Amino acid sequence: MDTPAYANSRRTISRTTTWATVGLSALLSVALFALLNFAGIARTFDWVGSLVVAILLYVVLISVLSAIVEGRRKSTDRFITTILYGAFALAMVPLISLIVTTIIGGIKRFDLQFFSESMRNVVDAGGGGLHAIVGTLEVTAAASVISIPIGILTAVYLVEYGQGKLARAITFLVDVMTGIPSIVAGLFAFALFSMFLGPGIRFGLGGAVALSLLMIPVVVRSTEEMLKLVPHELREASYALGVPKWLTILKVVLPTAISGIITGVVIAISRIIGETAPLLIICGLTDTTNYNLFQGRMTTLPVFVYSSYANQGTGTADIDRAWTGALVLILIVLILNLVARILSKVLAPKGSR
Amino acid sequence: MTSSHAAIRTPRRRGDRTFYGLAFAAGIIILVALAAVAIFLIAKSIPALSAKPSDISPDDLSFLQYIAPLVFGTIWAAILALAIALPISIGIALFISHYAPRKLSRTLGYVVDLLAAVPSVVYGLWGITVLAPFVQPFYSWLVDNLGWFPLFAGPVSGTGRTILTVAIVLAVMIMPIITALCREVFLQTPRLHEEAALALGATRWEVIKMAVLPFGRAGIISATMLGLGRALGETMAVAMVLSPALVVSFALLQSKNPQTIAANIALNFPEAHGVGINVLIATGLILFVITFIVNAIARFIINRRKEFSGAN
Repeated sequence: MDTPAYANSRRTISRTTTWATVGLSALLSVALFALLNFAGIARTFDWVGSLVVAILLYVVLISVLSAIVEGRRKSTDRFITTILYGAFALAMVPLISLIVTTIIGGIKRFDLQFFSESMRNVVDAGGGGLHAIVGTLEVTAAASVISIPIGILTAVYLVEYGQGKLARAITFLVDVMTGIPSIVAGLFAFALFSMFLGPGIRFGLGGAVALSLLMIPVVVRSTEEMLKLVPHELREASYALGVPKWLTILKVVLPTAISGIITGVVIAISRIIGETAPLLIICGLTDTTNYNLFQGRMTTLPVFVYSSYANQGTGTADIDRAWTGALVLILIVLILNLVARILSKVLAPKGSR
Repeated sequence: MTSSHAAIRTPRRRGDRTFYGLAFAAGIIILVALAAVAIFLIAKSIPALSAKPSDISPDDLSFLQYIAPLVFGTIWAAILALAIALPISIGIALFISHYAPRKLSRTLGYVVDLLAAVPSVVYGLWGITVLAPFVQPFYSWLVDNLGWFPLFAGPVSGTGRTILTVAIVLAVMIMPIITALCREVFLQTPRLHEEAALALGATRWEVIKMAVLPFGRAGIISATMLGLGRALGETMAVAMVLSPALVVSFALLQSKNPQTIAANIALNFPEAHGVGINVLIATGLILFVITFIVNAIARFIINRRKEFSGAN
């Protein structure tokens, strides 16, 4: 049998020693790579490689040191801790890389022209994404107009009225809708409208219908959660005063939950505003600004980014526009998320809950 | 009970009747919408089954021959993505819930949520312009030194646009979803379980091993399934990054990669016409069925353990 843990646990590695180990592994790794560099095996000093080796060295060193000083259990604990910190750092790398690349690539064309001109008759440099921004705003607004009332009312039905088979069926179907791949939503809108309006149909409202299919379940889910949080005492107090049920819902239940509902709605919008695939199918692609949702092809920002990348001409004009489009898209999503947070703080019901 | 009493009286008032009618109608719209999705997709898919091979693809394939590599590619890419994302996600979730300082952990949770909201087309653009050139040298090295291993068989892709790169991009995309769900579950571990373990002298890792992970197992599984469902249906990142072919191949680093259903639709739909459209819609229907099965399994697991309904 092992020695009891408490016998070892009195001897611990101090903070200074831990940091010394960090320094030692960094030093060793840098020295190794510098040596490789001087020896002419590697042409340049490899920062990424030396960082990776330094981290691996640290993991090994601290585990061995801890195993000697503190015992096996503590050593495993330190090993796992380092691995978890590493996993987190590793996950941050793509995020930072993504954001930095988008900003660097997007800032070049992040000018007035991008927001005031479309791609009409633009062959090489110049032009902008106005048509795409207009398209995104209109399609998203239309999708919201369709989805928000249906989503909130469905949630009200499920929480306030729903009992029995129908409510269970609706809950199940909302679950199914959550899992619809976005491209299938686009295919559905196309199948639906091409049956009535002829083959090859492309128009903005179709995109809004497709996006609604993706947005409604998100709105229903978040609203449902929020309505369930409203205390029963509030409803009962209202009934006791003789207020009818519909007024209780409108004047007591919904206002209490409004902050959460709005947050959910804004987050749902930020999810669908970046959708590309369904709009590629049903809204199509155009270089002209189209304000009419009901007729004609309509480019949206994500589709603009995709098509600028996919149909690159010579030179960098197209890829620059693509990055700027991506930057604008990320900014919109970021702002929507911030708005959601602020709204949920401002609108939160006063008093104790 | 007061509320049931109110419920009995409700239909008499006009306002109540109207409001109930509206809420009821909204619920019915959802039923109708999903029925419509099923009906229209099936109706538009039927012509594909009897389509002539020459209409389906230039290579004269029957519908089954056409769809089989796509189904394989879809599932293979999703599984690879999951294999990368799952361990890291659980690691991050544990880091946020049990290791990071409390103030920091809230901010980190927000950052993870934000990562989930980055549009897929931006991930695609990043994958093709940054990630693919970055990983290509590693791929050459792998093929040169470990080429005997079937997954790393050559010839290596010169662009880095392989299924492994796609899997990495997909992993980055589903990581926030799995992390968010796992974090919720880990945070719900009964405090007493953890404190009991600590009182017995357990180290932090032993607490996690004995109290947190067993408690969160069902949650981890359902999070995995939801992530898988997301990876199966992801379109743009795959369409932009992958250099595709109609092949069934497990090799990770070659320039001929199995295509996924969703990306295949996105790439071919704008130029499709006639029965070709029906074929693509039929493949979409199959994708819908696959994701439906995966999601149904996830829901089933969540519903069995109702304590954490953190499904969204």
